[in-house]
Amino acid sequence: MGKVILEVRDLKTKYVTRFHEDVYAVDGVSFQIEEGKSLGVAGESGCGKSTLALSMMGYYFPPLHYISGDIIIDGKNISGMDPDTVRKTILGTEIAYIPQAAMNALNPTQKIIRFVEDVIRAHDPKADKKEIRERATARFAELGLPKDVLDKHAVELSGGMKQRTVIAVSTILSPKVLIADEPSSALDVTSQKMVIKMMRELMEKGYIKSMLFITHELPLLYNVTDDIMVMYAGQIVEKGTAKEMVFDPVHPYSHGLMGSILVPEEGTRGSRLTAIPGTPPNLKKPPQGCRFAERCRYATDECRYHAIAEKPFGEGRSYRCLRSVDQLREVYENE
Amino acid sequence: MNEPRVRRDFSDGPLCLSGRGVTKVFGLGDKKTVAVDHVDFDFHEGEFVSIVGESGSGKTTLSKMLLGLLNPTEGEILFQGKPRDISSGRKKREYWKGIQAIFQDPFSSYNVFHKIDSVLLDCINMRGGRALSREKKIEMMTEACSFVNLKFAELTNKYPFELSGGQMQRLMIARIFLLKPRILLADEPTSMVDACSRATILDMLLELRNETGMTIIFITHDIGLAYYISDTVYIMEHGRFVESGPADKVILNPQAAYTKRLISDVPKIHEEWDLSTVDLKAEE
Repeated sequence: MGKVILEVRDLKTKYVTRFHEDVYAVDGVSFQIEEGKSLGVAGESGCGKSTLALSMMGYYFPPLHYISGDIIIDGKNISGMDPDTVRKTILGTEIAYIPQAAMNALNPTQKIIRFVEDVIRAHDPKADKKEIRERATARFAELGLPKDVLDKHAVELSGGMKQRTVIAVSTILSPKVLIADEPSSALDVTSQKMVIKMMRELMEKGYIKSMLFITHELPLLYNVTDDIMVMYAGQIVEKGTAKEMVFDPVHPYSHGLMGSILVPEEGTRGSRLTAIPGTPPNLKKPPQGCRFAERCRYATDECRYHAIAEKPFGEGRSYRCLRSVDQLREVYENE
Repeated sequence: MNEPRVRRDFSDGPLCLSGRGVTKVFGLGDKKTVAVDHVDFDFHEGEFVSIVGESGSGKTTLSKMLLGLLNPTEGEILFQGKPRDISSGRKKREYWKGIQAIFQDPFSSYNVFHKIDSVLLDCINMRGGRALSREKKIEMMTEACSFVNLKFAELTNKYPFELSGGQMQRLMIARIFLLKPRILLADEPTSMVDACSRATILDMLLELRNETGMTIIFITHDIGLAYYISDTVYIMEHGRFVESGPADKVILNPQAAYTKRLISDVPKIHEEWDLSTVDLKAEE
């Protein structure tokens, strides 16, 4: 086992609405990422994927509130820090975040070099302009970005180029963890491939030590990350390696999700997609039993009344269902 | 579960919509952009056609021309074998009884001031059901809603924005079910809903086609999706069709270089995703 870079233990965060109602968006999430590994988070919209990313940065602004749990990056617990300290000491050096609309994160009136200066000066206010430029030029060249990008405005760059620039700028201080929240969803397939290739290069060259990759596109996740976890209604319902999760999902929800994969490969055409009826539960009042029970084809009354803990099985996998793994596998086989 | 879908051959069937040298040019002189460049197509009755292309390939411009929202600069579009005439408002409305659309963004597809009842009632009225009794209309609306797994009793007196994206998109299909057009044009209807609702919507479209025999023109950038759902695939690049034919032939045995690249760039699960085909150093 490698060294654990990121550990999240029983993290709970909530949103508080205008009417002072609590929405438990991330409800008891735990996982680890080892050095040199990447973890993917899959799940449908509203399951808490993006909230998990925001919560992990320790960057809490209303309506998002921290409840409990630990976020440990390389032995340092950052949970409960105030946002200002987080910005000065954590963001950029320990953890970097690429939001979904990273392309729109660039101020159109500034040149790219200004963003690099901003990032470096947030940690070292006295940094020299010339040194910053040298550092940026070297890193950009290594990542295959043309050198004139630094002196361009954001509008002069194409979508894929903008996204790659944002990634290069946010990882300039070599953070330990990179959180990528749907970094390629708005791009066409070729640009997506370039973004992924660049992220892989960052990892191989050791500029980032681990990665958390959030997307709803399962084939992409399968090709990018080592491990995958599936989230549903603020909880993790199953964890495993990418291969195990795609070809041998155990939890009924992940099973349904993997059944909806569409790829241009032989065999897809004749098959039928699995559709999961219904909608996710309202997280203002999470159900007391299994959160998936209402939509689960195999649910019994027992499922609706018993809260279910994560159960380990196999080699480092875990799932959250009342039934045993063998029972579930048998059910899927007989379908 | 895994019952293979039978593919029918549509090439001898009656024509529904076809185009000859359809072209759209935006702008003039040096600044002109050829969005759609002399495309020919034949869509047959009951066929499930996909038009696949990346952003900027001209697929949305083409779909607007098919719908009659834009006039082609050159070429002609034939509807059921006869040249299409949409020169007046009345003729346009008549044409739209035969062709309807579902768009990408369900949130902006509805008039926010109209309740769901009136959205569906409009469809019944448009099909000449104005004189029907109230009970009959409710029966029709209930049937349409149950076709898309929605409950009309829960929707009545609600506004579309009270629904989720997937539900709104399904309500759109309920409208189509009531209107029963000859052609349905679906412009990326699943790109804003998540994977599970996507499966539901796709299955509904297939069922709709099987039940009413309408032609469905599906516009998408997702080649995996096109392969799953369609009978015929048209691949579009820079305003031209670079390849077209039965889905199996085009996707599993692509001929055009562009199609090959498009397929190799999509992440797959049984084949390795080859990252070496893109060069980071290449200037864009």
